[in-house]
Amino acid sequence: MKPLHFPLSTLLLSSFLFLLSSCAPAQPATLTIMTHDSFAVSEDVVKAFEDANNVKVVFLPSGDAGSMLNKAILTKDAPLADVMFGVDNTFLSRALDEDIFESYASPELQNIPDEFKLDPSNRATPVDYGDVCINYDKNYFAENNLAVPQSLEELMKPEYNGLLVVENPATSSTGLAFLLATVAHYGDSFTDYWQALKDNGVVVVDGWETAYYTNFSGSSGKGPQSMVVSYASSPAAEVIFAETLLDDSPTASILGPDACFRQIEFVGILKGTQNHALAEKFIDFMLSEQFQEDMPLQMFVYPVNQNAVLPEAFLKYAQIPTQPATLSPAEIAANRDAWIQAWADVMMR
Amino acid sequence: MYTGRQVNRETSKHGNKASLYTCVRVYLSTLSLWLLPLTFLALAFFFPLSKILAFTLSPSTLTLENLRNTQHVVLFTFYQATLSTLLTLLLGIPSAILFSRFDFRGKSLLRALTAVPFLLPTVVVAASFNSLFGTHGLLSTFYSFLFPLSSFTLHPSPFILILIAHLFYNTTIVIRIVGAALSNLNPKLEQAARSLGADSLRVWLNVTLPLLRPSILAASLLVFLFDFTSFGVILLLGNSQLSTLETEIYFQAVRQFNLPLAALLSIIQLLCTLAVSILYSKYAIRSTQYASRSTPSRRPKTLKQKLFTTSLIFLLSTFFILPLASLPFRSLTRLEADRGQRSEVQYGFTTDYYKELFINRRGSVFYVPPFQAILNSLTYASATVILSILLGFPAAFALAHPTRLEKILDPLIMLPLGSSAVMLGLGFIITYGKWLASPWLVPFAHTLIALPFVIRALQPAIASIPNRLRQAASTLGASPLEVWKNIDLPILRRATLAAATFAFTISLGEFGATLLISRPEYPTIPVAIERFLSQPGGLNYGQAMAMATILMALTTASILLIEKFRLPNASEF
Repeated sequence: MKPLHFPLSTLLLSSFLFLLSSCAPAQPATLTIMTHDSFAVSEDVVKAFEDANNVKVVFLPSGDAGSMLNKAILTKDAPLADVMFGVDNTFLSRALDEDIFESYASPELQNIPDEFKLDPSNRATPVDYGDVCINYDKNYFAENNLAVPQSLEELMKPEYNGLLVVENPATSSTGLAFLLATVAHYGDSFTDYWQALKDNGVVVVDGWETAYYTNFSGSSGKGPQSMVVSYASSPAAEVIFAETLLDDSPTASILGPDACFRQIEFVGILKGTQNHALAEKFIDFMLSEQFQEDMPLQMFVYPVNQNAVLPEAFLKYAQIPTQPATLSPAEIAANRDAWIQAWADVMMR
Repeated sequence: MYTGRQVNRETSKHGNKASLYTCVRVYLSTLSLWLLPLTFLALAFFFPLSKILAFTLSPSTLTLENLRNTQHVVLFTFYQATLSTLLTLLLGIPSAILFSRFDFRGKSLLRALTAVPFLLPTVVVAASFNSLFGTHGLLSTFYSFLFPLSSFTLHPSPFILILIAHLFYNTTIVIRIVGAALSNLNPKLEQAARSLGADSLRVWLNVTLPLLRPSILAASLLVFLFDFTSFGVILLLGNSQLSTLETEIYFQAVRQFNLPLAALLSIIQLLCTLAVSILYSKYAIRSTQYASRSTPSRRPKTLKQKLFTTSLIFLLSTFFILPLASLPFRSLTRLEADRGQRSEVQYGFTTDYYKELFINRRGSVFYVPPFQAILNSLTYASATVILSILLGFPAAFALAHPTRLEKILDPLIMLPLGSSAVMLGLGFIITYGKWLASPWLVPFAHTLIALPFVIRALQPAIASIPNRLRQAASTLGASPLEVWKNIDLPILRRATLAAATFAFTISLGEFGATLLISRPEYPTIPVAIERFLSQPGGLNYGQAMAMATILMALTTASILLIEKFRLPNASEF
């Protein structure tokens, strides 16, 4: 093929470049945030950050938290995004061991209680927390004159036979969190506890959606079980997303000692980013009161920033357990597979 | 009978001098047919998959313990897939006869509705079954109305539920592929057998069934592979006790971070798929006879026919329409238990869920306006139809007249159906990285799944066209394009429609969602449904049902429209 005439090709190229530049005057930089699929935020909150920093924020929902972390680890040599949000304390060790985050100590950290700062090197910064708890259908218990169980132990009582639905910890992070609560409470004998639950007719399903919407009698699915492993914030969501105005939530949580497991979600700057300064600003922004006060009604989680004000529905209908179960991320990382296997050996036999 | 194979044999029988030249020419022409489809498969499938496998596979996973555990999973995967396929054939073949041989009121609608489950998200199907069979579902309400004192309980085992779900999802494959072949059968053969004194059963067993063999095999293969790699159904209904290779790969890769073991399992799954496909290519003799006047469908006449059609229509309606109808019903119903009166569930009519769809109440960045979701879904689906037909036609053409090359390529075509979506998705990530953010890649991912369907739907029909028709046309001076337009296209009308319907529904059902990073700016309807179902609250549930109803209506309308789209008719010559 004959090459293009030199002046002609230059002319074409330059006019093309001119067109490109004239189309987008002062093109703002782009900041890409990798998230799990449950991430949500208000438009005007993001807009405020974009306007303040002349940046376009792009979100990349990348599956559930496990899938997202997998993708980030596989692409750590050429990261798909600048910032990743949504690794929780059950996956934190894995992310830190693979060394995918850059260290950054945000000045906003001073407003965050120390109990949430699980990474002393500040590669992963806490953003929100939520408690996985058992929700119960208030009407069922009232109608049947049944006392609501107050602890993990009481769930073994025969009057609760067949009333609890849980998620499989192998396929559901909610299910894993509840398994971890029993591990934290019972130690090595947690398998005996699960054997007792099994004998008492506990129902196991694959994930939260099935458990809550198909099996739980307190939700729209009107299923057969009156207790479900869900979140302490779910009763508030039932009021906010009610079909008609409700003056009270149809569900509530069981808050006994170690009956709930605390999940903390983290954000981090992905190594290899070209937008270091902007990424740091985004972390500060996620910890700011504006973002932290937006989170509860978007994702139904609690802010870690102690200055953030909670919405009214949260204060009224969502409860915070006084003694949630916790395990260190290192302990979880070291034993997670073995615990799940031990659980499966009891439940799936 | 003229078949591709016989034509080839005849050409090679002609003069020995020309044989080398012919041979080269045939190879070159088939190679040119293969160029586009193979390039596509290499880029979208073989390259990313081999890259992730090479990246993660390690010999240390080849332990005796791992293999022993795997053996159990492999056996169960084969067992459930075989049983599901047989059940699907049992319902699918009579239904194919019903739709291609008989006319009845509401036929197109019923046929379109059988395709709807194929693309509904598993969570929605589970919800619809629940609202039908559940403790507060329609059936139990009805039952307790009839027999107020007895209580209604229906608790099929997880295994039975999986089989039923597979039947619900995949019957449409058999109906479409076998149905297209049935309509193309030469009625003279059956008439001849009947005039020789054979009763209808013998005609069916000795004439029709053998002629249908290629299409039944093609349909069985597709159904089998879909059941074999079944994921959502097993996770959702398996009650966490049953696992297939596909769910095991997901579990190892995403939950346990054991990518080496996941890679090993993917290879085992691919090898199984390959073995099944090779078996298929070996036994599927591609010889159907093309009929210049295809068998017309008519109203049932004899008592036997009336009995057959009525009972089958009743069965299909109960099995497909009842669970599907529960979605629109639920999307318009408020289910409210008055405080303190739990046992009396109050039903009330409401359009709130639909109205709420149009309001971004929480001002979320990820709010999906319903019309935008519909538009995105339709755009992706149309692009998938065009792309998969464009790539599928030349490949099906080459496969219909197989040379040695095709015998090797034939089983490879099916591999995308047998590969784990999780591993392929990870392969895409490490191969194409940041390009994945481009919405253009979505139809490509959907085409990857649609292509085997398009090829398998077209290939038996193309093989049924006698070469003498094409030769006659070229002798009369028609250009190759004119031959294709006037001979092939009219005969392939039904098969092309079936292929297009598959491509369309596969894309609408968002099969590629797990493959790629989805862009929140271009959400589809299934993405919107998942978003609603991921949070508690009656309004969210109702909106998910409303969105699912929209998806259902959209699908039904699109399928009816595709079927209305008539290509030039075959009866011209």
